[in-house]
Amino acid sequence: MAQLDLDGLIKDYGDVRAVHGVDLVVEEGEFCVFVGPSGCGKSTLLRMIAGLEEITGGELRIDGVRVNEQRASERGLAMVFQSYALYPHMTVRQNLAFGLENIRLPKGQIVEKVAEAARMLQLEEYLDRKPRQLSGGQRQRVAIGRCVVREPRVFLFDEPLSNLDAELRVTMRGEIADLHKRLGNTMVYVTHDQVEAMTMADKIVVLREGRVEQVGRPLDLYNRPANLFVAGFIGSPRMNLFDATVAGVEVGALKVKDAQGRAFHGAVAVDGLSPGEAVVLGIRPEHVLLSDHEEEDCLAVTVEGIEQLGGHSYLHCRSDAGASLTAHVAGQTALRRGSCTNAVLRRAFIHVFRKADGAAFERQVIGEAA
Amino acid sequence: MKRFLTRRRGRYRMDWMDWLSWGYLVVGLLLMLGPVLWLVLSSFKTETALAEYPPRLLPLSAVTATVEGHDAPLPLFDITGGEHAGRQLAEIRRIGLEAQMVDPAAPGETISISIDDRTPAREFKLATENYTSLFSRFNFMLYFWNSVFITVVATILTVLVNSMAAFALSKYRFRGRTTVFLLIIATLMIPPTINLVPIFIVVSELGLVNSPWAVIWPAIATPTGVFLLRQYMLSIPDDLLDAARMDHASEWRVYWKIVMPLSAPALAVLVIFSMMWRWNDFLWPLIVLNRSDEFTLQLALNSFQGELQTSWSNLLAMTVLTLLPITIVFAFLQKYITTGIAQTGVK
Repeated sequence: MAQLDLDGLIKDYGDVRAVHGVDLVVEEGEFCVFVGPSGCGKSTLLRMIAGLEEITGGELRIDGVRVNEQRASERGLAMVFQSYALYPHMTVRQNLAFGLENIRLPKGQIVEKVAEAARMLQLEEYLDRKPRQLSGGQRQRVAIGRCVVREPRVFLFDEPLSNLDAELRVTMRGEIADLHKRLGNTMVYVTHDQVEAMTMADKIVVLREGRVEQVGRPLDLYNRPANLFVAGFIGSPRMNLFDATVAGVEVGALKVKDAQGRAFHGAVAVDGLSPGEAVVLGIRPEHVLLSDHEEEDCLAVTVEGIEQLGGHSYLHCRSDAGASLTAHVAGQTALRRGSCTNAVLRRAFIHVFRKADGAAFERQVIGEAA
Repeated sequence: MKRFLTRRRGRYRMDWMDWLSWGYLVVGLLLMLGPVLWLVLSSFKTETALAEYPPRLLPLSAVTATVEGHDAPLPLFDITGGEHAGRQLAEIRRIGLEAQMVDPAAPGETISISIDDRTPAREFKLATENYTSLFSRFNFMLYFWNSVFITVVATILTVLVNSMAAFALSKYRFRGRTTVFLLIIATLMIPPTINLVPIFIVVSELGLVNSPWAVIWPAIATPTGVFLLRQYMLSIPDDLLDAARMDHASEWRVYWKIVMPLSAPALAVLVIFSMMWRWNDFLWPLIVLNRSDEFTLQLALNSFQGELQTSWSNLLAMTVLTLLPITIVFAFLQKYITTGIAQTGVK
């Protein structure tokens, strides 16, 4: 149990800066997920916390104590690797006991703790097997078990589920979330999969090119992305984005026009906006309404592709101006490829970003909560 | 076994490829195994049988019989011609082209036989005294022990020193890592004979001459071993080492508990190589070991070859005994050689 403080952490590889001064607090008992596209520095950041990468600049504190100079073995953390990194020449039992032997725990206690961890992770039958005789999910559990026995201050996970098939991934996601609930430890989890981030995290940290783009609770990131990158990264299918120009500014409401001169309205804070400024309009697929007649805030579109999932459907459309737009329809749809329809962008759910730097304007109404 | 030996490419009968490959394999077998087989057979021949011309493949020796009235056993001959054809007689003495012979059953009567009418009687007999005298007349066990001590100690140290160097060169990033590695590899290009004098000076300055350590110390750091192990260790994922570090393992524990067991195939290859090198080493021990009680087997073998005469029977017997241990080691570890070399090979 520990609080992690990252204070302006920097990592340089030669002349290349991989991590640009990350500031972050991971509270005690929090499940914090680092998410971002590959190469964004999330794994590097995790390895810096673990002590496997040297910290070039800034300060890392565990429970308020600076640990920059401590070796990985002294920090009292445990890590699950993407490749599991089970010792192939040892049995499951030896794998679990290795860390405890290294801290010279008495034999009796080791046996006790290994048995307890094995029971918790349902590994009892496999204790005398070698890792190569286990399935992917079992290996994953051994890797987690190896961390659990040590009762570390912080658990670190480096893309632990990326080698598993889709079904197993869902199960293991549940098991890890369960583990967190039971142990209540601080956990830091790295993934490139935003679904994992959304479902497991107390706090998500979105990273891009070694910089923190946004930190927040999963739904806050979904409802109020701070910029275009986060808006595009969080949510599946992606948020629809269009270029537009500010047409009118009223208190709490913004009127924009697209290239064809169609007007849309958005309930966002308008501070610092003036007519004529270029913006990007964003709307999530589930906030697009399809209508058979023209309404306010609507766009004429042609259906180009349909994903019928039974419970709901996604329609991939193209507007007459050439912009692509995905709409979510509850249930099943009667529309076909080539059908023409009208897409209404619901005012309360519109996101507006400044074109120049991608920063979001704060939304006034959070429709999702209502 | 039968299926293995009757394997062929042609479906119903041997096709030309089969003839070719079988022919090639048989010639290769004779070429390589022939001398060894001859050595083993010859080692069981008596000194006289060895000197016989034309040489015979099997260890046959003349049959003798003790005949009343003669102190020494007399050699037996089969009579092939003349009036006594078909009998077996013992030779008393030879006079020119005639031989005086006697029938062992009737020792009183002397028979004269032309030497063209007889052939020596032979029987298959293993001259095991070649071997037993090694232990009684020569101090075989002392040389054997010297060789074993040098081989085992040098191999343990070789594996230890080379694996540590390989671990550092493959798993630590430090300035000059490539340079160090290239320098080690570059020593392969220096012919060993060039090193003889400088190493001898160092060894003699250290006062090690005539001690087994004079053979052991200069031999333990081998570029081949470092290269072999480094290439293999590169294939051990870094994640395993990191995981061990997260598990509170010191660098020594990482090396000893993770890297060493996982390098077992490559280590086995190095063990075999090192044992063969040290066991068969001749030139260097010859230079630094001058006292006969420090001799290794190879040096002892050499000492059989005297200036005036060579005890071929003992020499051959000792050669066979010298070959045995390394053959046994090889037989047990050879499966690692194939797998190990395949895995350590250039990737």
